[in-house]
Amino acid sequence: MPTFYKMDRKYELTRNNKMIPLVMIAIGVIAIIMGFMTDKTRTWAVLLQNDFYFTAIALAGTFFIAFNYAAQSGWTVGIKRVPEAMGGFLKYGMLGLILIFIFGHHDLYHWTHHSHEELSDPNSPVFDPILAGKLGFLNIPFYISRLVLYAVLWVGFTYVLRRHSLQEDLDGNIEHYKRSVVLSAIFLVIFAVSSSMAAWDILMSLDAHWFSTLFGWYIFAGLFVSGLAMLAMFVLYLDRKGYMNHLTDSHFHDIGKFMFAFSVFWTYLWFSQFMLIWYANLPEEVGYYQTRWKLFRSIWIGNFFINFIAPFLVFMTRDAKRTKRILFFGGIIILVGHWIDVFVMVMPATVGAEWTIGFIEIGTAIGFLGAFILSTLTELTKASLVPKNHPMLQESLHHHI
Amino acid sequence: MSGNHEAVVRDPLILGKKTYHQMTEDICRPIEGKANKYWWISFIVAFVAMIWGMTCLAYTIGTGIGSWGANKTVGWAWDITNFVWWIGIGHAGTLISAILLLFRQRWRMSINRSAEAMTIFAVICAGLFPLFHTGRPWLDYWMLPLANQFGSLWVNFNSPLLWDVFAISTYFSVSLVFWYLGLLPDLATVRDRCVDPTKRFIYGIISFGWKGTARDWHRFEEVSLVLAGLSTPLVLSVHTIVSFDFATSIVPGWHTTIFPPYFVAGAIFSGFAMVLTLMIIARKVLGLQEYITLQHIELMNKIIILTGSIVGVAYTTEFFIAWYSGNGYEGYAFQNRAFGPYWWAYWSMMTCNVITPQLFWFKKIRTSIMATFIISIFVNIGMWFERFVIIVTSLHRDYLPSSWVMYSPTFIEVGIFVGTIGLFFVLFLTFSRLFPVIALAELKSILKKTGNQYKKKGIL
Repeated sequence: MPTFYKMDRKYELTRNNKMIPLVMIAIGVIAIIMGFMTDKTRTWAVLLQNDFYFTAIALAGTFFIAFNYAAQSGWTVGIKRVPEAMGGFLKYGMLGLILIFIFGHHDLYHWTHHSHEELSDPNSPVFDPILAGKLGFLNIPFYISRLVLYAVLWVGFTYVLRRHSLQEDLDGNIEHYKRSVVLSAIFLVIFAVSSSMAAWDILMSLDAHWFSTLFGWYIFAGLFVSGLAMLAMFVLYLDRKGYMNHLTDSHFHDIGKFMFAFSVFWTYLWFSQFMLIWYANLPEEVGYYQTRWKLFRSIWIGNFFINFIAPFLVFMTRDAKRTKRILFFGGIIILVGHWIDVFVMVMPATVGAEWTIGFIEIGTAIGFLGAFILSTLTELTKASLVPKNHPMLQESLHHHI
Repeated sequence: MSGNHEAVVRDPLILGKKTYHQMTEDICRPIEGKANKYWWISFIVAFVAMIWGMTCLAYTIGTGIGSWGANKTVGWAWDITNFVWWIGIGHAGTLISAILLLFRQRWRMSINRSAEAMTIFAVICAGLFPLFHTGRPWLDYWMLPLANQFGSLWVNFNSPLLWDVFAISTYFSVSLVFWYLGLLPDLATVRDRCVDPTKRFIYGIISFGWKGTARDWHRFEEVSLVLAGLSTPLVLSVHTIVSFDFATSIVPGWHTTIFPPYFVAGAIFSGFAMVLTLMIIARKVLGLQEYITLQHIELMNKIIILTGSIVGVAYTTEFFIAWYSGNGYEGYAFQNRAFGPYWWAYWSMMTCNVITPQLFWFKKIRTSIMATFIISIFVNIGMWFERFVIIVTSLHRDYLPSSWVMYSPTFIEVGIFVGTIGLFFVLFLTFSRLFPVIALAELKSILKKTGNQYKKKGIL
């Protein structure tokens, strides 16, 4: 540990920090425009996939802050400005999801195609009593109001928690810490319900006939582990730039442990959902996996390996988790892996057999990544990287395991 | 760990003016002194209950499973409810010793020993039910994959019931070894303090010749780490496999994908409730209030809120998806749970598991020992009802209305359940007289970090 570090050092954007993300965003815009000119459904699906993926990562940032307050964890204080900054993307992401639904719902959600009368009439060509039964929940006005509600709650709590954290830097009042603990506990309750519901709304209702009680928690596991990987990327980047010399190897070790543990947790939920549906083999459930097995086999199997076997082996040893290069490599695997995971959830019900990963998919992902990086780095410039008045700061500065 | 830089906002975990010697005195006192009146009263009551249970068990073996209330439609009922309930209770011990260890929660050190002991005793109680439900317990070795020369049939590896056999026996073995390993240094402490040569001899043998040398500690720590690594997936796997017993079937109300994590959360929930019930009594009877402090109780209450809310979210999710799925049978199963003839079981479950733990949001309630004790009993009851609701209400109305029945337990079944509670307390009370109930050597390691007189009180 260095003997000297600046307590109120802020991140400064370099020229490249602005240029590279802007170029990435430009690539994304080109990909989206090209997409709309060639295949509308595919482009909406890609937009939904990427917007959901990066919004989930941003939400994981706020979740990280909240559960660390609630659990009174000390070691995370030194890195907490990073998940705080990640939460800054949430407002753009949620706005994007709402817009994607408003303008793209017809291409994405087939339950928006027909009215309740058409679906419940036995003489109608689109007779579908199961879907008709769901329209009390799955209908456009109610759906949009739910999305808006999630946006208000998530963005609101992100904002309030961030404001307390920044204010604490200025006045050093312990009340900010105490209030944050209470706010975090409230947020966690809201998050527990809303993250599951949002998962049903945004992803599960793509396959409108299918259902799985575990789905919300499965999405949560993926959201959390990809959020952790993104957090690791930013911490490693800042560390490389010399902004994180208040951290010890133990911080990196702990981030590595988190990624390892929650990759295994994700796998546990993946397996639970898949195994039970496969074993019971009920027609109303198993179709979900049959589509994936028939049309998405390579990527569906790859998803499991890249998200389980790879992080499991990479992060297994203590030394690996303490080696920044390996941590970076493992984080990239997880980020790519969970991007694929969301891909395999979005595409079968929208694009179906004609799926491909081409310029539109990759370009859009690059664009979103650029926006995410720009948003997060800009947020990082707004506050000192060390929350200097946090009551548990000393625990983090002397973190040693 | 953060060593002596612990934040001032954290409260001390060891109260009073303790020294290392004083800690040894305090924790060895219940073993070295004579048992008091309360201990004897509880022991006798528990012992009588245990004997009653054994009698009922003997009757079951003599007459067969027909002496139970289970019938053609409700083939699983009381026994499996109790089995799952006990297995769940065991989970807190492993969670505390393995997962809280990974999360570096120091407060676990005051409670892990007794929680682990509880795990072992609860698994013993749980194991009795499936062993006797086979009807011919003398053939229970058929559950193992033995060659046909033993007269057994080859086991069905596709069955989650067989996975249960492996999961629970592994769980039991690992928990037992982990618990016993942790006891070694403390047993050696007891040995070294023994005046009576016979006792000294016995504690000498069971402490495996522990000397407390650097090499002893080195090996001890290596093995502990390996066992903690093994225990963590085990905590998740055991109740996951128990949930598979139901969820791999296609019975409406049983087949639902949320079961594995939801069962694990429920298990931890009920386990912590039982730890609270026991520890609130034990700290008082054994005079350990300065080690198992109000803060420990408050923290456990927070885990109760967390796991109780997870369980609550799971109940709601199941209910919602039962409607959302559009599957009439699934919908009916849930409607029948809440408003059918077993509505009282369902609403007991909802009240005890979802509503009462939410009272812990109030700091006044979660720092009140009396309130905590009462709510912990509620949770114990609620989690029993949860299993009863899942098992009996999903079965009692079959697809054919002609098979619809009600289930009620017989005197014998109730007797066996009461007997296992007796057995559990007999074992726990015996444990509290023979072994140090707090991990002494481990707790000493944090005295100078979080002990009351060592903690610098700062600006707060």
